Amino acid sequence: MQKRIACGLGLMLLVGLALAGWVEAGGVERVKKAGVLKVGSDVTYPPFEVMQAGKPAGFDVDMAQEIAKALGVKLEYTNTAWDGIFAALKVGKFDMLLSGISITEERKKSYDLVFSDPYFLSGQGVGVRVGDTRIKSAADLRGKVVGVQINTTGQAAAEKVGGIKEIKKYEQLPEAYADLKAKRVDAVVADYPVLVANAKEDKKFAPVKGVQLGEPEKLGIPVRKEDADLMTVVNQVIADLKKSGRYDRMRKKWFGE
Amino acid sequence: MDFQLAIFLEAFPLLLRGAWVTLYLSLISTSIGMILGLLVGVARVSRLRGIRATATVYTEVIRGTPLLMQLIVLYYGLPSVGINLEAVAAGIIGLSANSAAYVGEIFRAGIQSVGRGQREAALASGLRRLQTMRYIILPQAFRLVLPPLTNEFVTMLKDSSLVSTLAIAELLRTGREIVAWKVNVFSPFAGVTLLYLAMTLPLTQLARHLERRIDPDRRLVAHL
Repeated sequence: MQKRIACGLGLMLLVGLALAGWVEAGGVERVKKAGVLKVGSDVTYPPFEVMQAGKPAGFDVDMAQEIAKALGVKLEYTNTAWDGIFAALKVGKFDMLLSGISITEERKKSYDLVFSDPYFLSGQGVGVRVGDTRIKSAADLRGKVVGVQINTTGQAAAEKVGGIKEIKKYEQLPEAYADLKAKRVDAVVADYPVLVANAKEDKKFAPVKGVQLGEPEKLGIPVRKEDADLMTVVNQVIADLKKSGRYDRMRKKWFGE
Repeated sequence: MDFQLAIFLEAFPLLLRGAWVTLYLSLISTSIGMILGLLVGVARVSRLRGIRATATVYTEVIRGTPLLMQLIVLYYGLPSVGINLEAVAAGIIGLSANSAAYVGEIFRAGIQSVGRGQREAALASGLRRLQTMRYIILPQAFRLVLPPLTNEFVTMLKDSSLVSTLAIAELLRTGREIVAWKVNVFSPFAGVTLLYLAMTLPLTQLARHLERRIDPDRRLVAHL
């Protein structure tokens, strides 16, 4: 009797694994079958994505819409916390992430991801209090207290500078700005376009012009390795947007350049 | 201070929506927690060792680990064994399971503070053990546990803010989203604070009122 139960359980496990394997084969087919493209995003990063009066809006949201349109499915743009966003993709909560994400080798390796072609060129800038002229270059960050958003390329760039007195890691950038204004940090390191957009809302801090930490960063759209076929569609969308000039209009709309 | 009335006013209706999510998450989770908690509480004083031990282990595991960790395991951990819960489902399960452990302890204390003589008299009069629990002990225990249960609901309202880490748009997360949108920390969070207080203050008042009604000397409630 016990043997039969064990056999039954074993069989169920096999069927379960087979089903799981079958479901995971081919991202495009799965998404089309489901009729929805599930995109995960930490919607607290203007102008890439932000909840405007309770609705997600931004460059990445428009991007996601274009991808869903190309796949012929509905878009499900889900707000998720930055801390854990890659884990959520890995365990299958989403089909892809659009969250102003820089392409890094470390992210590819740690989470078994593949990235799309770059869809945006960004770089790490430095934000300081208006009127504070102490920081004119990356080297001036030495001996200072610097605020970053946790697990971002901003944090990585700050860590590479060397000689920084302390790097404070925040869940969200506005908390870093609050500490900047309260003089608990001397500078905030974050994506330059985001600093520019944030400084438009709050005139008490501003990005330092012409200062970039490290190399320019390419933003990409990650999917799980087994969904690599989705990338063909995504890359085609990026290429088409650039060719048709729609990409430039989207850029102008969200970044004003 | 960086309070801007315009941002506060614009944020408020959005925050109200978040408060509603907080309220219904707490209501659902407390309701499930009460039912399970009653079972846990009764199991904790069971004569049967297996049942008692199971309930004790459950209570200790839940109370001995942070709720935040439980939520992360439910949401990010379970998919690796094939259980992929929606954020709201993971949130409700986590909050309910947590509440059940604490409510269980409240019921256990309530049951144990009903005088021994009550039980002995009931058994002597020919009632069976389950009947004694159902008709003699629990009705008296219920009266005693009402104030701490009300406080438990207040705790739930506040603890539910932890599900913001699963990006459920409850009150705290809604506040953070507005912070990111307006790049202003203080104004949205002033609204968040007010709304939490608007929900918790009436309840703590109610708990106090119930306490007074049950026991003017506060002798019985003191050891719950």
